[in-house]
Amino acid sequence: MTNFVRVLLLQDYNTRLVLCGTLLFGACGGVVGAFMLLRKKSLVGDVASHAALPGIGLAYLIMESISPGSGKSPVWLLLGAGAGSAAGLYCAGLIQRTRLIKEDAALGIVLSVFFGFGIVLLSIVQSLPTGSAAGLSEFVFGKAAALTAGDVASIAVASLIVLSVCAIAFKELSLLCFDEAYAAALGWPTRQLDLLLTSLVVAVTVIGMPSVGLLLVVAQLVIPPTAARFWTDRHGALTIVSGVLGALSSAIGVVASALVPRLAAGAVIVLAGTGIFIVSMLFGTRRGVVWHWLGQFSARRKIGQLDLLRTCFEILEQSIGDASPVECDLTAIPISRQQLLDARTWTDARLRNVLTAAQRDGSIRLDADGNFRLTVEGTRLARRATRNHRLWELYLIHFAQTAPSRVDREADEFEHVLEPDLVEQLEVLLEQDRVRARVPVNPHA
Amino acid sequence: MSNHPESSPLSIHDMTVAYQRRRVLWDVDYAAPAGKLTAIVGPNGAGKSTLIKAVLQLIPTASGDVAFFGRPYREQSGRIGYVPQRTSVDWDFPIDALGVVTMGLYRKIGWFRPVTRKYRQQALAALERVGLAEFASRQISQLSGGQQQRVFLARALVQDADLYLMDEPFAGVDAATERAIVELLRELRSAGKTALVVHHDLQTVAEYFDEVLLLNNRLIASGPVEQVFTTENLRRTYGGKLALLDLVGSRMSTK
Repeated sequence: MTNFVRVLLLQDYNTRLVLCGTLLFGACGGVVGAFMLLRKKSLVGDVASHAALPGIGLAYLIMESISPGSGKSPVWLLLGAGAGSAAGLYCAGLIQRTRLIKEDAALGIVLSVFFGFGIVLLSIVQSLPTGSAAGLSEFVFGKAAALTAGDVASIAVASLIVLSVCAIAFKELSLLCFDEAYAAALGWPTRQLDLLLTSLVVAVTVIGMPSVGLLLVVAQLVIPPTAARFWTDRHGALTIVSGVLGALSSAIGVVASALVPRLAAGAVIVLAGTGIFIVSMLFGTRRGVVWHWLGQFSARRKIGQLDLLRTCFEILEQSIGDASPVECDLTAIPISRQQLLDARTWTDARLRNVLTAAQRDGSIRLDADGNFRLTVEGTRLARRATRNHRLWELYLIHFAQTAPSRVDREADEFEHVLEPDLVEQLEVLLEQDRVRARVPVNPHA
Repeated sequence: MSNHPESSPLSIHDMTVAYQRRRVLWDVDYAAPAGKLTAIVGPNGAGKSTLIKAVLQLIPTASGDVAFFGRPYREQSGRIGYVPQRTSVDWDFPIDALGVVTMGLYRKIGWFRPVTRKYRQQALAALERVGLAEFASRQISQLSGGQQQRVFLARALVQDADLYLMDEPFAGVDAATERAIVELLRELRSAGKTALVVHHDLQTVAEYFDEVLLLNNRLIASGPVEQVFTTENLRRTYGGKLALLDLVGSRMSTK
């Protein structure tokens, strides 16, 4: 229990240190990943991280052969990792430029070849007398808990550089992501911008390697921006939210691994990110699945209500014959269930649903004789719904070809869409139709 | 670059473009007349889009050279407005209509500098010209195809370029958008601008455009519509598909 409190209050120096390093990495991954996601190049991060492995192995072997014992220096190993990533991405670019195979296939090939080569190098290193202690596998799986103050300092510097570059060149990178051809036509150096973005990916890979390990780096490039997309429709906001979510998943991962002994931070960070992703997918304000369902549900309900009221009104119009619907007491006239079923293509169940909802709203009442009647409020709503619907149909018939952009609007908000004099014109048209046909006219007929 | 007339917004000398070994454009020699609306017409695969992309150096050319207002492209890119095909971008991108239009101003704003109010207002004015001011803050995926096309036009308009290159702006748009685009093209012409437009609908060429460039891997003919847009030239451009051509031909002769 005391341990629990200690961790949560960050009293532990080591926890603070690890948290600081992974937070910054998480933010970097989220921000750079947002650009890559929008460029549809999330796989590039995958290649960058896997291709780092042979770089690490080679760096170790070269340093050991130059001066034995120096191979473990993290600076050289990380430089090797960066060089490996860059080489991998360069190869993928070369293959793509031939246009002989598709991008995803090219990236997949490079990824596997480099990773395989890396594993071979690693087994060579393991067989060396000094190799088994070299701890190169830490770069594969990460070892957040063992980050030193020096590690964190270099992570911090590198992260701040990455974040500043993203902030300064945001406009240019955004243009590149949205419309590369247009950017090039305007004279922007798109190849250099692309190089910049790729360098940022390599930088994130190298930053993340000591903490979460190269296998999981890619998760921090992909998961936070994908989750962030559910919360916003603006690129700027997306980038920030993505950075925050990346940092948040890092924080959760580090704290959880400090609480539970022997729990690897890198893995928990990714799991936390996945949790955030699932929550975002369900509840994200922009395109969250739950809101989508609810929206669908309420739209269906609203349409059902309007259709029901309009159907009732049309039935009532028929039953009063030539009398003016304004003067009759419409609330007195019964409507049977069968009449409603005949008027529309509703199933029995659907009719029951809309009727129950209408009774709850108080627009329709079920009387003792088994028939339905509109309430006073229901009559008002039904009259309005019918009028709007007919005006709208007339509008579509008579005017819509002049302004199709308006056609997607709902019939009942239509007074807000159309200018008052147009509504007046439509009402005149509706009146003419009525006079011509005696019966209030259904424009389809 | 000596023999490129400065008066022509776009002059092309002996340009050849090839994908792998297949030549898409052969020895194209053309000078666009200034202040005119020119339609680029030809069958599918004739290299119409390729022509535009090649002069903008978006794809490599095998040979030939191109000048804009008598100077190389690099020096003139600020005077050229490009409207790519609508389908060339992902409309799910998290940006609103105003944001897309603002991209046309990025060159003017310059490297690393933020988009200020002044520029946003210019972009809004361009959106207003294409009749989309009220959609400025709509996410672009929620616009109809025609509206998306007009956003692209606004993005080119806001550049205040002298030459506009448009790749199929009329493809798949509604009647209102088509009218808006035609209106806009005429406005541009009366402001002394030049536009080269890849166009598919042979029926409207004579109505919308002053000049025509008939293309089918080679330049078949170019010049004023009334001289060049003839049944004979169309036959040479389109080969066998005659039913349509005769229809157009008879329309032209009754005009």
